[in-house]
Amino acid sequence: MAMLEVKNLSISFGGLKAVDDFHITIEKGQLYGLIGPNGAGKTTVFNLLTGVYKPDSGSIELDGRNITGKKTIDINQAGVARTFQNIRLFKDLSVLDNVKVGLHNHHPYSTLEGILRMPRYFQVEKAMNEQALELLKVFDLDQEADFKASNLPYGKQRKLEIARALATEPKLLLLDEPAAGMNPNETKELMDTIGFVQEHFDMTILLIEHDMKLVSGICEKLTVLNFGQVLTEGNTSDVLNNPQVIKAYLGE
Amino acid sequence: MSFLSYLINGISLGSIYAIIALGYTMVYGIAKMLNFAHGDIIMVGGFAAFTVVSTMGMNPVLGILAAVAVCTVLGVTIERVAYKPLRGASPLAVLITAIGISYLLQNVALLIFGSNSKQFESVVKIPALKLADGQLSISGVTMVTIASCIVIMAVLTTFINKTRMGQAMLAVSEDKGAATLMGIDVNRTIAVTFAIGSALAAIAGVLLCSAYPSLTPYTGSMPGIKAFVAAVFGGIGSIPGAMIGGIILGIIENLSKAYISSELSDAIVFSVLIVVLLVRPTGILGKTIHEKV
Amino acid sequence: MKMKNVKNKITIQNLITYAIVIAFWVFIQIWSMAGHMTNLLNGLLVPICTYVILAISLNLTVGILGELSLGHAGFMCVGAFSGAFFTKAMADAIPSVGVRFAIAILIGAAVAALCGFLIGIPVLRLKGDYLAIVTLAFGEIIKNLINVLYVGKDSQGFHFSMKDAASLNLEGDGEVIIKGAQGITGTPKASTFTIGIILVLIALFIILNLIHSRTGRAIMAIRDNRIAAESVGINITKYKLLAFTVSASIAGVAGVLYAHNLSSLAATPKNFGYNMSIMILVFVVLGGIGNIRGSIISAVILTALPELLRGLNNYRMLIYAIVLIAMMLFNSAPKAIEMRERMLEAIKGKKRKEAA
Repeated sequence: MAMLEVKNLSISFGGLKAVDDFHITIEKGQLYGLIGPNGAGKTTVFNLLTGVYKPDSGSIELDGRNITGKKTIDINQAGVARTFQNIRLFKDLSVLDNVKVGLHNHHPYSTLEGILRMPRYFQVEKAMNEQALELLKVFDLDQEADFKASNLPYGKQRKLEIARALATEPKLLLLDEPAAGMNPNETKELMDTIGFVQEHFDMTILLIEHDMKLVSGICEKLTVLNFGQVLTEGNTSDVLNNPQVIKAYLGE
Repeated sequence: MSFLSYLINGISLGSIYAIIALGYTMVYGIAKMLNFAHGDIIMVGGFAAFTVVSTMGMNPVLGILAAVAVCTVLGVTIERVAYKPLRGASPLAVLITAIGISYLLQNVALLIFGSNSKQFESVVKIPALKLADGQLSISGVTMVTIASCIVIMAVLTTFINKTRMGQAMLAVSEDKGAATLMGIDVNRTIAVTFAIGSALAAIAGVLLCSAYPSLTPYTGSMPGIKAFVAAVFGGIGSIPGAMIGGIILGIIENLSKAYISSELSDAIVFSVLIVVLLVRPTGILGKTIHEKV
Repeated sequence: MKMKNVKNKITIQNLITYAIVIAFWVFIQIWSMAGHMTNLLNGLLVPICTYVILAISLNLTVGILGELSLGHAGFMCVGAFSGAFFTKAMADAIPSVGVRFAIAILIGAAVAALCGFLIGIPVLRLKGDYLAIVTLAFGEIIKNLINVLYVGKDSQGFHFSMKDAASLNLEGDGEVIIKGAQGITGTPKASTFTIGIILVLIALFIILNLIHSRTGRAIMAIRDNRIAAESVGINITKYKLLAFTVSASIAGVAGVLYAHNLSSLAATPKNFGYNMSIMILVFVVLGGIGNIRGSIISAVILTALPELLRGLNNYRMLIYAIVLIAMMLFNSAPKAIEMRERMLEAIKGKKRKEAA
């Protein structure tokens, strides 16, 4: 069974079909790329997958479970986590706390237990701290654990967003232009990190990216979106050599 | 017949709210700030007219002109001294500063005029209009208030749509940065907005005090809040919205005073606001803003 | 290793906040034993505790949850009236004033929490300035409703009316407890400075522990980025409502303290109107948004300041207003901040030069 199975997904905004009959199938453990020119509807697809928008039609199945039209938090609890094109960190919280917010639903204690500082508060907080630090170590952020998130350099902020998403223990990770604004060195490092996450957490990843080096370097399969519709899909090298794709990107 | 009379008085009160709300809404639209001191400008306008007409015994027309002049200068000065340095600061800082200005104006008025309420002599000398064999009487102030409101609305709409300054105001309220790039002097546009808003507040102050003749340093407070509610009600930032909001608010207030309870009329006005905002979270004519993800 | 430092830092910061409150109490005790206590100062102590509690509770809404509320006085009002009502109504059933007062505090907290919850459901759907104006509206509605509320008690039980005392139809032995615009009279003066300080400490304990817990993190995450918080599975409505309710509840406690410091309690624009809500907001903003200790200090100073300036008579509120404007400009104007930073740099540079 596929990890993500999307069929006939459509949404329009005021008559404009932003996403039209979109489909995608991602197997467990796959690193999948979603590419296409600006305004093709890639982020809209992410917003549909994560419940920010409700689709007009179509179905989304995660690991055999129908999550179509569900709320964002329910979709996250079902196992979809994401990052954002324009970084969205909890900017006034510490780096560690950003990850701990991600761990929120996996380490519960009640508000009352927290206020009264009952034993469970200390146990759970300790476990949370350990797990959060472990995650930060993976992204080489443990030294900055007590920094305010907004004080991190840009590249590290992107990494922190991925760490926070992983903290929710997802089955599917959605990365929206993870390399945007990075220099070639940072991009190279990010590619390694994404590869490591795929292996280390046995993660299924769908990413949106413009950086073709990154896409061809790590993605196993690609779907190309153009004007809200699937232009083509398949193995990375086949897709990138497809004349239609080149035309969509470069124009006539 | 009495219903009609309550309704007309409601429209008149609403017209005052609408004139104040116009100032609120224009300032909000352009400077994106809640100008809590706006209500106190009304009070200053009232006192300016009072001084000229009652203390110095001059012509009421001069009183109105004095009120407009004092408030315009005051509004522009406040903007220049207190709000302009805070451009780019957090909205809360601006809000608290506006509250500080409000305290300042009230206490200066308290020092000059004392806390005893002053009997304001109406500037409108037109006799009341008697209709239906004298059963329905519309006072001169009521007629003048409603007429002023209509005139102000018409002039303001023309000003905004037909003049360069009006277009500049629209541009600044839409996008300050882009307006700057288009060569619009943002600071000047904001100053003009404050000038217009404050002049309107002065007119509202004179009309308010003519209709409800007691004047104290706190006179502007509640009408200010009500006008703010009216502006939000109609969709803050929208000029026709402020107009509609003000008039509806005045009607609701007067009718509930007449038919339900005068103690509860404020509660009813505020409840209507809440209901409207729950149905339309940005007011009757407000634009809905979608957050981009 | 690093982790421990961070945690200790928070604990130490919190302890300092508690210590400041306790030190204030000790100082006042010594001051009063030394015979320096004036009537004016003495009369200020319970109000100071009341305003401190109000300020830290509002900071939970404004600073931690990040929503501007202009109706905080409404929750204080609800707490004050429900608490004072209980103390009056139970005068026969529970003779001990202390016990009644203690229960009244819990009741005030509970009723204000209920109001906060019910008002929060619609209000928290709105955003920014719209939310602010609606909280203001609710605060005014509460004040207005209490002003027309009549409650009496006789052998048959309680009677309610929204019209006047006569329509309560009380029997001969009946007593009107809440008399519309006159409010409640004859509440025992049970509030003391020591009780006030204890309540401040309890409020602090609740708020600080809440902030530094899983719940507090969720609330602050919503404040910083609602969409991201939702994407990691934080229930936005639940935590917004929770913060708002706790904030209202603690304001209710402040109300009970306030009510038991006066022999007659009436809901006027001055004590429970939007002006009071705004005054509390001023404490919070000047103390630093989200800074609980700052709220305490600014509430104390700003409550004491106008009173200490009483000698200046009519000028005191004027001075207050000017101080407020000047402080906002100094603290928040981008140019002032830049100038301060430059001066700080210059001083540092000088020191460095001297060291070299």
